[in-house]
Amino acid sequence: MAIAMNVESKLGLDAFKLDEESHIHIKQGICKRDCKEKYCLFVCPAHLYSVNKESGDICVEFEGCLECGTCRIACRYGALEWEYPRGGFGVQFRFG
Amino acid sequence: MGDCTDKMDVIVVGAGLAGLSTAYFLADAGLDVLVVERGDFPGSKNVTGGRIYLNPVRDLFPDLWEQAPLERHVTRERLTMMARESATTVELQSERFNRQPYHSYTILRAKFDRWFADRVAEKGAFLIPKNKVDDLVFEGGRVAGIVADGDEIHADVVVAADGILSLMAEKAGLREKQQPRHFAVSMKEVIELPRQTIEDRFNLEGDQGLAQLFFGELTQGMMGGGFLYTNLESISLGLVVGVESLMERDPLQEVHPLMEAFKERPEIRVLLEGGEVVEYSAHVITEGGIHAMPKLFSDGMLVVGDAAGLGLNMLMTIRGMEYALASGAMAAQAIQRAKEKGDFSASTLAYYEELLKDSFVLKDMHTFRHALNILENPRLFNLYPQVVCDLFEKLMWIDSGPKEGLFSIVFGEVRSKLLSFSVLRDVLSFCKM
Repeated sequence: MAIAMNVESKLGLDAFKLDEESHIHIKQGICKRDCKEKYCLFVCPAHLYSVNKESGDICVEFEGCLECGTCRIACRYGALEWEYPRGGFGVQFRFG
Repeated sequence: MGDCTDKMDVIVVGAGLAGLSTAYFLADAGLDVLVVERGDFPGSKNVTGGRIYLNPVRDLFPDLWEQAPLERHVTRERLTMMARESATTVELQSERFNRQPYHSYTILRAKFDRWFADRVAEKGAFLIPKNKVDDLVFEGGRVAGIVADGDEIHADVVVAADGILSLMAEKAGLREKQQPRHFAVSMKEVIELPRQTIEDRFNLEGDQGLAQLFFGELTQGMMGGGFLYTNLESISLGLVVGVESLMERDPLQEVHPLMEAFKERPEIRVLLEGGEVVEYSAHVITEGGIHAMPKLFSDGMLVVGDAAGLGLNMLMTIRGMEYALASGAMAAQAIQRAKEKGDFSASTLAYYEELLKDSFVLKDMHTFRHALNILENPRLFNLYPQVVCDLFEKLMWIDSGPKEGLFSIVFGEVRSKLLSFSVLRDVLSFCKM
């Protein structure tokens, strides 16, 4: 396997235990009203944030979250309600 | 969580190094300790660069290190300045680092923490994995327990060992919202290679290891750098960027391609040849040093390790795990004292901070209090690595014509690139390190 990889295939290497409900809740009103920069789109090392083209909503594919918390720190507008996933869910590192 | 509804002496939130260390000493002293861990097993949510320096914590755990599942003891230290098309590396190979007891080891946390947790359980602490602490219980303004999975569990003291984001410290009102300026995001890949390949490629004998730090072009002028650590049968390769630097990038760009660009550098590519990426992780680390620390105690609560902001970028070395272990030991000491007095108020638990102040932990944090100011200087990441590499390249290059004198080359480079007030200011600020 080539050593160069895109971020989606990198996430495919990790062990995730998927929860049904997201541990990240986005207050779309704040994003639309206050936030021009959309830092979350850029700072996530797992490339999980995107903008829905039709609704303009910020979406997060929480299933691939590495639980680093960068978005939580970078969101200056308090639009992210970010908790850790429930116990026993989320990424489970085998090397760390 | 079933039967654990009786009151505990101490509840530790998080089974990382700080939490496990706290529990290790408290259980050893005969206290009832419960460690609640949200991962499948201790270590499954933990990420390090990483390497651990043993001298600061060797004597704390005299029985531990002999059997500990560490990776390689580091005997070669490299520091690499990266320019656009060149890189200059300084390498230390020291026999002193190759003498027992070894100075530092590379480490993989999923392996180490899991093993350490078993030692803590042997001491008599209860460890409950797969459970997240959702909230704290307050009684008359003091922290009196935790809420996990809908159950309240009470304790004399709750120890927040829940890592760099410490939602517990936040809930207890011990810190404000975290500032982007004080943190960096680290991306890391574990890349498997056969043991022999690693030893041949990095000129290592047996279990010797190499640690390499990078700064310069790889972060494109942003605060941060890279790291490479050799494990027994893998390489830990990573890239760190300041969160605020990323947010100030104009135009904004995604962070993750930086990691691939780093891997594609010719200096790195050859080192990874034939390797297989087996894990991708990311973690936030503190860059704010003493300025990013929360309050360390309140009535019924202590904060340890990363949760307490105990990490330092000392430019040449990156520290954290020793602080986690030592702060856990000191928290345990303060809690034992509080137990003897039967008083778990903030004024008694303040002894924890006194212990930290008298130790290497807060002394280091104080000595390196200016590190953030230096790290926030973009010239450290664009100008200086480029100047060093350009100068070295000019000294080594032979053109078709006559060679310029060495002094003249050095003087020319210094005069054209480094004679400015901003550089003078930088030199003065570097003196503060």
